[in-house]
Parts: sequence; C-alpha cells; structure tokens
Amino acid sequence: MALEPAITDVEQLKDRPEVAALLANHGTAVSAAKFDRNELTIWVDRIALRQACQTLKSDPKLQYNALADLTCVDFYPREPRFEVVYQLFSTVTKKYLRLKVRLSGDDANIDSLTPIWPGANFFEREVFDLFGVRFDEHPNLTRIMMPNDWEGHPLRKDYPVEGYR
Amino acid sequence: MAHMTPTPVLDPSQDQTMVLNMGPQHPSTHGVLRLLLEVDGETIVRIMPDIGYLHTGIEKTCEAKFYQQVVPMTDRIDYLCPMTNNLAYCLAVEKLLGMEIPPRGQWLRVLLNELTRINSHLVWLGTHAMDIGAMTVFLYCFREREDVLRLFEAVAGQRMMTSYFRIGGVSMEPPLGWFDRVKNFLTRFPGNIDEYENLLTNNPIFVNRLKDVAYISAEDAIGLCATGPTLRASGVDVDLRRDQPYTGYENFKFNVPTSTKGDVYARYMVRVAELRESQKIAMQALEGMPEGPSKADAPKVVLPDREKMKTQMEALIYHFKIVTEGFVVPEGEVYMPIESPRGEMGYYVVSDGTAKPYRVHMRSPSFANLQTLRKMCEGRLIADVVAAIGSIDIVLGDCDR
Repeated sequence: MALEPAITDVEQLKDRPEVAALLANHGTAVSAAKFDRNELTIWVDRIALRQACQTLKSDPKLQYNALADLTCVDFYPREPRFEVVYQLFSTVTKKYLRLKVRLSGDDANIDSLTPIWPGANFFEREVFDLFGVRFDEHPNLTRIMMPNDWEGHPLRKDYPVEGYR
Repeated sequence: MAHMTPTPVLDPSQDQTMVLNMGPQHPSTHGVLRLLLEVDGETIVRIMPDIGYLHTGIEKTCEAKFYQQVVPMTDRIDYLCPMTNNLAYCLAVEKLLGMEIPPRGQWLRVLLNELTRINSHLVWLGTHAMDIGAMTVFLYCFREREDVLRLFEAVAGQRMMTSYFRIGGVSMEPPLGWFDRVKNFLTRFPGNIDEYENLLTNNPIFVNRLKDVAYISAEDAIGLCATGPTLRASGVDVDLRRDQPYTGYENFKFNVPTSTKGDVYARYMVRVAELRESQKIAMQALEGMPEGPSKADAPKVVLPDREKMKTQMEALIYHFKIVTEGFVVPEGEVYMPIESPRGEMGYYVVSDGTAKPYRVHMRSPSFANLQTLRKMCEGRLIADVVAAIGSIDIVLGDCDR
C-alpha cells in the first residue's frame, strides 16, 4: 500500500458531506481541510467550534453523535502554538471525522464541549492539566492527572522530558 | 492528583449529607481509584471520581523515544490487555508508513488479540464476581487465565508485558507445538465458560445484586463517551472489529453481542457472550492460519532475523541503523481506533518526519468509561457502587497513563 499524497485543497474536498455541511452553515469558519491516509481533517475557527459540532451532530445525513477523543498538540515555537484535536464518531454511519482548532500560546482559550457531550469533561480537564489550554464554561476545570499544586504543564514542548530538577 | 484534595469534613451541628472517602486502597476499586461519595444515609447524592494516582507521563516519554522503542511503553498502560495496546500503536505507525503486513502476521495478531480479550475478560469476571461475593468463580477464572498467560510466555517470553507485536509484524514466529497448545486450550474453553455461567447466570444472589442496578440509557452512554461492552449493553451496536475492520478482521465471522437493558447484569451477559465469540474468532484464526512470512518485507523498518545478521552484510547494517538511528516516518498524523476488551482504544500519532514521534496520544477506554459511573450510581445505594465499578471494567493504569 503506497502512500497517496494528501489532498489539502478545500475546493477539492467540497463534495464531501462533512466539509459541505460546515461550509454551508459556517462558511467563514472553515480555515482548511485535509484528506490524508483515508482520514478527513477539518480546521475550524474557535468561535465556531461549538456550533460546528452541533451541526455535525444534528445533520441527519452525518449524525456525528459521539466524541471519540479530544486532545491537543503543541507546536512550540510555532505560532499559533496549540492545535486542539477532536475526533468525532458516528454510531450510526460508523465514520470518524477529525476537527482541529488552532490556538495561540498567549490566548489559549476555547469553548468547552461539555454542553453537547458531557463526556468531554475528563478529556478537557486532561488537556487543561497537561497543556494549559483553558475551556470556557467547563463545569470543573481542575487538574486531573497531576497534583493540584503542580507548576507548569508537562506535555508542552518547552517542558523538559525529565522535568525540572 | 488526589492526595492534595482535602476530604470535606462533616459539620455535626447540621443535618446534612456526609462525604465518604472510598479508596484509593479499596479492594473493589480495581486499582488506585479514589471515589468521594456524598451520601445521605445510604443513598448516594453525588459521586466524584478522583484519578491520577498512576499517572506516569507515558505520553511525554514516548516523545523522547524512537518509534520502535514506544512499543514496550504501550504494554504498561493497560496491563490486562498488552497485546491490544501493542496492536493499536503498531497499526497507527504502519498506517503512517503506508506499510502492509503479510496475511500470516495479521492472522497471528488476530489470534493473540482474541486470546488477550479472553485473558482480560477472565480477570474482569473473576474480580467482578468476587466483589459481589462469589469467591469460587475467581479461582476458576484465574485457572484458565494462567493457561493463556503460559501461551503468551511461550510466544513472547513474557506473561504480561509481552511487546510481541512490532512495527511491521510480530517479533518472531511462535515456537514449535504452540498452535497445538492453543487448540487444546480453545477446545476446552467453551466448557469452562459453561462452568462459570452455571455458578453465576441463574444464581439468585448474583442476579439480585446485578439486575436493574446502575442503569444507563443509550443516549447517556453515547454522550458520556462510553464505548465497548458498556455501550453495547445499553443497546448501541458498535464494534470496531466489524465496523472499521483492521488487521484482517473482515475475514472472520462473529456476532456482536448487545443488550438493551443497560444494567450491570446486561453488561455481564454481553461480556460473557463476548468470551464465546472470542473463542470462535481465535479458532477461525487458528484453522485458517496462512503460511508465509509473518513480518513485512521492509528491511529499513523491521529488524532482520538473527540468522540473516550472521550471514548477510546488509542485514547487519540495517540492524545497526534501526537500533542506533531508528527509522524515519513520513510526516502526517493518524488516529487508529481499535476494539480493546474495555472499549475503543485509540492511538493518535503525529509524525514530523523524524525518527521519533512528535506526539503520541492514547485514547484509553477506561478513562472515558469512568465518567458513566456518576450517571449509574447517583440516587442508588453505596453497595451498588461496587457492582457498578466492576461492570465498567476499568483498569487504572489505562485510565491514568
């Protein structure tokens, strides 16, 4: 199985129902899209994230009704530094979709998805704990893995692997 | 983490609810799970899981290792199903590399993956039954688990931390006579399941403790990110082995047991039915085991056989280069979800085109499934918490990573 080159042009991906639905409802919020290794990724602006998820969830053709995973990647020293990654799953069509939101380091704030999926709770706490990304309207945004008095966010790239000694 | 969170103190002057601390050393929490229970008499008003006691920063450590060095780390996340974790990680990296595994490698992976499921479900069944008070089942389950662990030991040299699946296939061919031993085990295993079911399924004490306890609806289960048997027992028919086939599962015939009851008993029935299905899949894998190589033909990624290293210069060079420099994985990212015994085990691997992963994220089923505990237990009795925890089948190593 040879690797096929990734499609990164939104124009070429327009006929995919996920991209089409987001473009139709939140046209300006879709900043990029990528189809690589059979996986579709869509970058959305952070202001539109919650609405975009709601659209994908309620669209009768798509029905992305479950949040499979939520995590973050730190691209330090590049700016915008963080990419919050959402894996959506449909228990009806059994398909996956990846949403991504770029966040800058000095303003790492994003809407919480707990109103749509209560299960986002732990995942968002984990990202807050290990990356320092804040989720607005989260019911209990506290550390989950590290001790409450821990300093720093270990999964950031400027945090040494061995920790500070 | 928990030791910093103070336990709220009861003010005796007021008639109010009480906060009860359960764990982290409570035996029925299956590891180091701490639960803060706000109780009104014996009824639970609020339940607050407190995790993180086993956090070892594996995701951070992975970023400092070569791709092949991450495989042993994945064992240590979920110590009851190491092969599932090996498999998810290897599949993710193979997808990044665009690598295909020969049929024998795939069949071996399916076989061992199902044995791992049997192993994990046996531990769950034994401990769950013991939590409820049925001691005998625990001993029976661990008797069969021992057989499975011996099979693992024979094939990988290790009982629990197997690291048997490698990027590009499996580490080595199983030893002579191993398939006969597996066949022997699988042939008598259905009889063993009957034995467990004889002791439990119609046992009035067991049934009374489990039926209509810790109910969760399909909608709530999806909303709370539950996966695996916890979700299927609520009537959502999702099994990634069938819906997103990986490593050749599309060639196997099996049923996906579901139930619409959504209580602890339904989850028990679903898992026991899964034991039987796993036995069937393993049997099919054993009977249809293709001949041929079990590793991909990719000398720059897969370590050469010992014999070749002694006779061929190239093999020695490749071996040296893989061990000292690793291998480069093309830039990109993949999310590889597979069906672990507990639910969806997903590996999100980001490559920046070097020999070390830029980011490895493990989406662990225990972490997500634990959130359903609140919905299951609030408004119910303290004794039901023990049944509920057992029924979600959490492994805290998996939860905290």
